[in-house]
Amino acid sequence: MSNLILEVNDLSAKYITRYEENVYAVDHVSLKVEEGKSLGIAGESGCGKSTLALSMMGYYFPPLHYTSGEIIIDGRNISGMDPDDVRKSILGTEIAYIPQSAMNALNPTRKIINFIEDVYQAHDPYVTKEEVYELATGCCGVLGLPEEVLQKYPVELSGGMKQRTVIAVSVILFPQVLIADEPSSALDVTSQKMVIKMLKNLMEKGFIKSMIFITHELPLLYNVTDDIMVMYAAQIVEKAEAKEAVFDPLHPYSKGLMGSIIVPESGLRDVKLTSIPGVPPNLKDPPSGCQFAERCKYVRPECRVTNVELRDIGGGRAYRCIIPEDELRDIYQKEAEQNAQ
Amino acid sequence: MPNERNIILSTKGLSKVFGFGRQKTLAVDHVDIDIYEGEVVSIVGESGSGKTTFAKMLLGLLKPTEGEIYFQGQKRDIRSRKKKKEYWKNIQAIFQDPYSSYNTFQKIDAVLLDCIRMRGDGKVPYEQKVEFMSEACSFVNLKFEELTNKYPFELSGGQMQRLMIARIFLLNPKILVADEPTSMIDACSRATILDMLMQLRDEIGMTIIFITHDIGLAYYVSDSVYIMERGKFVESGLPDEVILHPKEAYTQRLISDVPKIYEEWDLSTVEYSS
Repeated sequence: MSNLILEVNDLSAKYITRYEENVYAVDHVSLKVEEGKSLGIAGESGCGKSTLALSMMGYYFPPLHYTSGEIIIDGRNISGMDPDDVRKSILGTEIAYIPQSAMNALNPTRKIINFIEDVYQAHDPYVTKEEVYELATGCCGVLGLPEEVLQKYPVELSGGMKQRTVIAVSVILFPQVLIADEPSSALDVTSQKMVIKMLKNLMEKGFIKSMIFITHELPLLYNVTDDIMVMYAAQIVEKAEAKEAVFDPLHPYSKGLMGSIIVPESGLRDVKLTSIPGVPPNLKDPPSGCQFAERCKYVRPECRVTNVELRDIGGGRAYRCIIPEDELRDIYQKEAEQNAQ
Repeated sequence: MPNERNIILSTKGLSKVFGFGRQKTLAVDHVDIDIYEGEVVSIVGESGSGKTTFAKMLLGLLKPTEGEIYFQGQKRDIRSRKKKKEYWKNIQAIFQDPYSSYNTFQKIDAVLLDCIRMRGDGKVPYEQKVEFMSEACSFVNLKFEELTNKYPFELSGGQMQRLMIARIFLLNPKILVADEPTSMIDACSRATILDMLMQLRDEIGMTIIFITHDIGLAYYVSDSVYIMERGKFVESGLPDEVILHPKEAYTQRLISDVPKIYEEWDLSTVEYSS
């Protein structure tokens, strides 16, 4: 039994818009991250992946509001804490967050080393410049960043390099969990691979104890994380080990997602890509019953009425659909046979 | 694929130099390419390899420093504004960022009506224009009735990119340059966009120049693949040959950089560079 680093129980959060409408962006999400493990969160744009990340950090600045549930980091319950306190005592030291456009966080008029000094001084006002420099160079050495980077301005670095620099800065205080929210979406495949290698290095070299990786690129998720959670309309619809989630998805939505994978491997050229028709429901006014019913190929009348709970089926797997496991597998099997003909 | 392979667009020694003196960079370096009618041609390379510069020269948005472009066997002449407009009836583009491809102040029906006017149907009765527009929208799985009174920013990224394809469907150019059309939208909408591009090729016989950094996408859509490194084509041919049996080290690296699901993705080959 390994140590639990982050535990989220039944967390809900909402946005309150200018017109006082509620947008339920995180709907009763529970998850656990153990030491040395990484968790992937997949889903299409607008399903609440990034909001979930912010909520997990306790980063409740308006318009985001905490509704219910608890967040436990390393044995410490931070739910309901003042977001300003969270920022001072939790972010950076317990949880670090890398947003998609992390590279835009760099100040164009200041050198990278000044940026690092700021980060340190925000947490420890008595640290000296020499100490920071020593720590930063040590950190760069381990992470494969050239030391010259520290003395450069952000404009002198390429996109991939900036992203890696920001990642290095974000783990400089040795957080327990790193939440990487689409860290490589804005980069080309070559820089993406460098970023991924660096994230893996962070885990191996003990800079971070565990990682949550958010992306819509499934092949990437498959290669980076141990477990995958699929998110749809603010809810978790499937939870499984990476291999099972990709090759044996149960929920019809995950099944659709896996059908959109494109990789340069033989045989995939002839596969017809499947895409899911329609658009996700409006989270201001979520429909009753299953959220996916509108777009589901296998929809049944009762789907639109009954609320479906995330059903645990053992082996670390869970999914949210009223159709039993065996029946779903039968349906997929038949469909595959039909397609083959 | 058509039986006769007609060359629709070709370049001879096309080059583009940015800057001068010590700052001089050769973005596109004496490129020769023959693009056949009705094919999807992919141009693959990492950022900064000159893909977009090359595309912009084909579109006539950038002036080549050296070399010629031949359109349907004749030297392209776009020196006057009128001739340029005439040329743009034949070649159109979809760009990477759908959010910045529209005029924020123009409603969606205005965008589409503009296309109808551009292709020379400006004088047909309004009812028929509506018919054209709904046909184009249904081609890309959008509902015209829901869109008419909306502004582009009210749509999602995927919908915007689909509307871009609806524009192309209305304009019906001979060549479409798709410059990373899927890199800013998520994986599920990506399949839809790619399928629509292939539908354009299959149903209308449009020639598509597909520019991407993701070799997986190129493998999925293209009839022929060109690999670009530092402004030069280093390898080209059929996707099965180039992508499954790459000869050049550069191509091999591009392929190894894409995450795989059936083979192991080898991270040890990564070299950090600045």
